[in-house]
Amino acid sequence: MLFFIVILSGLIFSVGLYMILRRSIVRLILGFALISNAVNLLIFISGKLIKGKPPITSENISLLKETHADPLPQALVLTAIVIGFGLIAFSIILIKRAYIINKTEDLDDLNTTDKIVVKNNKLK
Amino acid sequence: MNPEFNLNINFLIVLPVLIPLSTVLLLIVFRNYLILSRVINLVGSFLIIFISSLLFIFANSKGTLFFAFGNWSAPVGIVFVMDMFSSVMLTIASFMTFCISIYFLSMIDTEREKFGFYIFFQIMIAGVNGIFLTGDIFNLFVWFELMLISSFVLIVLGNEKCQLEGAIKYVALNLLSSFILLIGIGLLYGVTGTLNFADLSQKIFQLINQPDEKFSFINNRALINAISMLFLVSFGIKAAIFPMFFWLPASYHTPPIAVTAIFSALLTKTGIYSLIRIFTIIFHFDLDFTNTIILVLAGFTMVTGVLGAFAQSDIRRILSFHIISQIGYILMGLGIYTEYSVTGSVFFMIHIILTKTVLFMISGLVYIKFNSYCIDNISGIYKKMPFISILFLLSAGSLAGIPPLPGFWAKFIIIKAGFESQNYIISIVAILVSLLTLFSMLKIWNICFWKETEVHTELVKSNFMSLKFSMVFPVLIIISMLLIMSIYPELFYYYSQKAGEYIMNYDIYIKFIFGK
Repeated sequence: MLFFIVILSGLIFSVGLYMILRRSIVRLILGFALISNAVNLLIFISGKLIKGKPPITSENISLLKETHADPLPQALVLTAIVIGFGLIAFSIILIKRAYIINKTEDLDDLNTTDKIVVKNNKLK
Repeated sequence: MNPEFNLNINFLIVLPVLIPLSTVLLLIVFRNYLILSRVINLVGSFLIIFISSLLFIFANSKGTLFFAFGNWSAPVGIVFVMDMFSSVMLTIASFMTFCISIYFLSMIDTEREKFGFYIFFQIMIAGVNGIFLTGDIFNLFVWFELMLISSFVLIVLGNEKCQLEGAIKYVALNLLSSFILLIGIGLLYGVTGTLNFADLSQKIFQLINQPDEKFSFINNRALINAISMLFLVSFGIKAAIFPMFFWLPASYHTPPIAVTAIFSALLTKTGIYSLIRIFTIIFHFDLDFTNTIILVLAGFTMVTGVLGAFAQSDIRRILSFHIISQIGYILMGLGIYTEYSVTGSVFFMIHIILTKTVLFMISGLVYIKFNSYCIDNISGIYKKMPFISILFLLSAGSLAGIPPLPGFWAKFIIIKAGFESQNYIISIVAILVSLLTLFSMLKIWNICFWKETEVHTELVKSNFMSLKFSMVFPVLIIISMLLIMSIYPELFYYYSQKAGEYIMNYDIYIKFIFGK
């Protein structure tokens, strides 16, 4: 199971990276969504998957004798999912506004903020 | 001291985060009342600086303050830790927050205020303060996200073409850095099974010293080094260091100048703060590897930043490139890795937060008179606004490092530390970059302030409103702070040195977290 999740995570990473390197803004955001999910999978397996064991012990047991599941990665993943969701939601609205105003979805056309302001010839 | 008193003080370190968050609640309730929300924002900012100066005094007398949420002790629960370093950073950040809040009064248009500008500003402050205080690496990520998402909103608020364009670059690269940070945290948790800074430090130390498993593909040292590089890249993007800085000059000049000023004061500094924290407490065992990389990156950051500034003709973009160049100095202090050099980094951080912000604020004042940021459209400021020009000269001189201004002391400490530790190349690079910075600042001074060419009347008269008190007042406060710092640097040096001591003697930090 662990092995498959590792492979899956890697696959999603590579697809996400491919998407980020495209020129379309929509693909950029899709790529980020994919990478965010791949990262979530990675955190999920970071605590080692243990099947059928409780994450919490009863009160009277002071020492853990058998292996128990680690509950922390799940909590981290939940936080990461919520944050990733918020970020992606914001980015989707952002690219929509950018598309409406700039009328392009090609990232290569979004280069005006990097251009050096040249002398305002009109004034001369 | 009785135990109850101790408890109360320790609870106070949550307040720098709680105050902005409760200010946000109030601002949401009164979002339709513009004047009231301005007042709430100001009062909130004032409370933060009040509390953080109080905490600074406590931290100075007691050494370290510590608060565990829900009383879950260190490796299990989330902790807030306030040592001298975070205290210094918190105080200077809240000082800037207060000054900028005054500056906002006249520099932010009512349209933005109506759309909840102050709400997101205060959320961002909560995030920044949380970053400075937290002692847990996942919590650090959460505060970073809080800060980032509100800064995303601040950068697009206004919906102009260039803002959206800049925001796409800013959002894309910062999203990427957040994901890399998460990967790093996930792997680190997988290797060590903990998230607390102090616990991580100990666990990694054990991991390094234990022998490798026989049939393992990679040894522990290489694994930890790889993870440390993930953190370097992630915080490097946030701090705008050399190969990862492209989002900064592409986006920082797009929002209103007041927003740029506060961004330049706080955002990249949180990245470099986290770098200093992580690479002293957690990743300190393989200095040959990590710190060589950090030093090389620092050199390139300084050089590319200052060279990038040469080509620009927009004041805001010149200053944006200088942010990058100055980040290089702070990074150099970390890379040299002696107590003296880290002291220099902290001192430099204080100086650069003040200087950079005030430069942006002054260029905002110039914009009000000339309605342009392009240096070719501005000339003869000195004749029209001699007082403002003097203020610019002081802060520009401080940025370049002219004695006795604070920039000189900051660079002096770091470069001296570089020579003392026999890092000659980087020290010489630092001196040359300092000269180039002076050249670049003189370029602005000569063209915009000193040169008296034909006045473009149509530009000048288009927006010839007189400067308001609330625009000039924060500039004056910061400049007077800079002057105090230049006349009386030993005061600031004393606190930076204390901070540097705490950074380098992380054993104190670790012992403190685990209750002595």
